[in-house]
Amino acid sequence: MKVLVPVKRVLDYNVKARVKPDQSGVDLSNVKMSMNPFDEIAVEEAVRMQEKSVATETIAVSIGPAKAQETIRTALAMGVDRGVHVTTDEDLEPLAVAKILKAVAEAEGAELILMGKQAIDNDYGATGGMLSAMLGWPIGQYANTIETKEGALTVKREIDGGLQTVELRLPAVVTTDLRLNEPRYASLPNIMKAKRKPIEAKTPADYGVDTAPRLTVVKVTEPKTREAGVKVEDAAALVDKLKNEAGVI
Amino acid sequence: MAVLVIAEHDNASLKDATAKTVTAAAKVGGDIDVLVAGKGASAAAESAGKIDGVRAVIHVDHDLLEYQMPEAMEATVVALMDGYDAVLSPDGKTHQAYMPRVAARLDTQQISSVTGIEGDTFERPIYAGNAVAYVKSGDPKKVVTVRTTAFAPAGEGGSASVKSESADIGDTGSAFVSEELSKSDRPELTGAKIVVSGGRGMGSGENFSLLEGIADKLGAAMGASRAAVDAGYVPNDWQVGQTGKAVAPELYLAVGISGAIQHLAGMKDSKVIAAINKDEEAPIFSVADYGLVADLFKALPELEAELAKVGY
Ligand SMILES: Cc1cc2nc3c(=O)[nH]c(=O)nc-3n(C[C@H](O)[C@H](O)[C@H](O)COP(=O)(O)OP(=O)(O)OC[C@H]3O[C@@H](n4cnc5c(N)ncnc54)[C@H](O)[C@@H]3O)c2cc1C
Ligand SMILES: Nc1ncnc2c1ncn2[C@@H]1O[C@H](COP(=O)(O)O)[C@@H](O)[C@H]1O
Repeated sequence: MKVLVPVKRVLDYNVKARVKPDQSGVDLSNVKMSMNPFDEIAVEEAVRMQEKSVATETIAVSIGPAKAQETIRTALAMGVDRGVHVTTDEDLEPLAVAKILKAVAEAEGAELILMGKQAIDNDYGATGGMLSAMLGWPIGQYANTIETKEGALTVKREIDGGLQTVELRLPAVVTTDLRLNEPRYASLPNIMKAKRKPIEAKTPADYGVDTAPRLTVVKVTEPKTREAGVKVEDAAALVDKLKNEAGVI
Repeated sequence: MAVLVIAEHDNASLKDATAKTVTAAAKVGGDIDVLVAGKGASAAAESAGKIDGVRAVIHVDHDLLEYQMPEAMEATVVALMDGYDAVLSPDGKTHQAYMPRVAARLDTQQISSVTGIEGDTFERPIYAGNAVAYVKSGDPKKVVTVRTTAFAPAGEGGSASVKSESADIGDTGSAFVSEELSKSDRPELTGAKIVVSGGRGMGSGENFSLLEGIADKLGAAMGASRAAVDAGYVPNDWQVGQTGKAVAPELYLAVGISGAIQHLAGMKDSKVIAAINKDEEAPIFSVADYGLVADLFKALPELEAELAKVGY
């Protein structure tokens, strides 16, 4: 089974986003960028499938600027076989990303696409669902556990009320949730080896995808800030404040 | 203009998120219909008709809609979209799982987890709530998921009729196997007036009983940080945060939670925040109205006793 893993380069999860003074967006100059954490989980799962000989080949694909190559290299260092880099300097919306990923999946003959449930920059949580519908494949969103069988997958999903298990016929799309696995750190020898693994260079035009944005960003602002309140002495003081000052109990 | 709102329900009853989504739909403007898609959910459909401002309820009953799986929901919603300019759902996981499929079929860019609607402009938090984007959509049909904590529920008093429609779902390639739902008599996390949350500082699942006693006294829902869920202390559906649930109760009590940006993203819109943490430098104190610097193993039993003194 060929497994495709879309990976996005995003602002590192430890870095607090800063809004640009002209309100045109978030300032991404000179800040640490990393692979979207949910995509790391997807990469880990793909590599484990490969180690269990369930996956015959694993391919990481990233759509983004020249530096997105580093994100692909990270996936290769974790154990993915090869990469596809679709270069664009535009910040594409999930709809356009999904259209490109569909074309890549078809060109590669992928049978399983493992991807993040959400990119932690734009917080859309839309690409996986869109891609699955465009391909006409079933989807297992928010995977907590994945078991592979002949021609099918059993996916335990994290849902609003607990956990739900579904069976999906392959080919399928699965999006990862936090408890699926703990991604490995790439070892130095594997980082070196990854430098020699192939990355194919493409553009959105190679796939004939119109990437024009559908949404116009009017502005991006700072959120309302909350002031720190007061410290209380003890539990009795806390109850007094909540009851008599705030009136919430 | 006509807007379709997708109801949140568990087949047995309608959830509050529906009336909140109707409020959001009213800001988009136009006639509002509510879709109740499920199995044996006619009571939920009846309740949806009572929401103020609803023109009609569309009730689709189908075996394959029992669990509102993404493929079946996609087929059901897309088939109805000829008659609508926009479709809105709450932003719970059930809906986030299928709405992008609807958007793709309509060739539309979904607008996720909106917290405000002003004319044709949608407001949504990005980067774990550290920035707020205001966007306009050029798509002829809009697909929107709604952060329900940001909208008050529409009132009751409507008398919309319920129309039954059939769905042509076909082969979905996916099948429901089983469900393990966390059972609780407590209120639902996303709609609760008071939320009591524990983090890694709780130290174990057993220790959460210290919080549960307080939650039960206050009639509160229980929440948790990612670290507490990852450690297996509590079920996954308790996670509050950027990638868990968003809550905005009257009172949010955070205990043994440091206040990472991903956690704050899910609770900083609460009316009042109280925090108990032994580290006075913990970032949670920078958003807390009331902070108690203390060891939680000492503070929680005291808190429970103090609540008892004032009649809880
Ligand atoms: C992709 C991604 C998504 C994420 N999504 C979420 C999310 O949705 N929600 C979320 O919560 N996190 C999320 N996180 C994790 C987040 O970054 C933090 O790691 C997490 O919130 C920390 O949980 P915590 O505060 O319980 O643990 P810690 O940060 O370890 O804090 C524990 C706190 O307990 C205090 N403490 C310890 N013992 C005691 C005691 N005896 N008495 C009093 N206080 C005590 C300590 O002082 C400390 O402040 C996400 C991370 C990533 C990378
Ligand atoms: N530019 C991109 N390149 C590769 N994968 C992406 C890109 N954008 C989104 N994805 C994938 O889609 C998932 C969900 O993203 P989103 O819908 O933007 O929240 C991510 O976790 C990635 O797996």
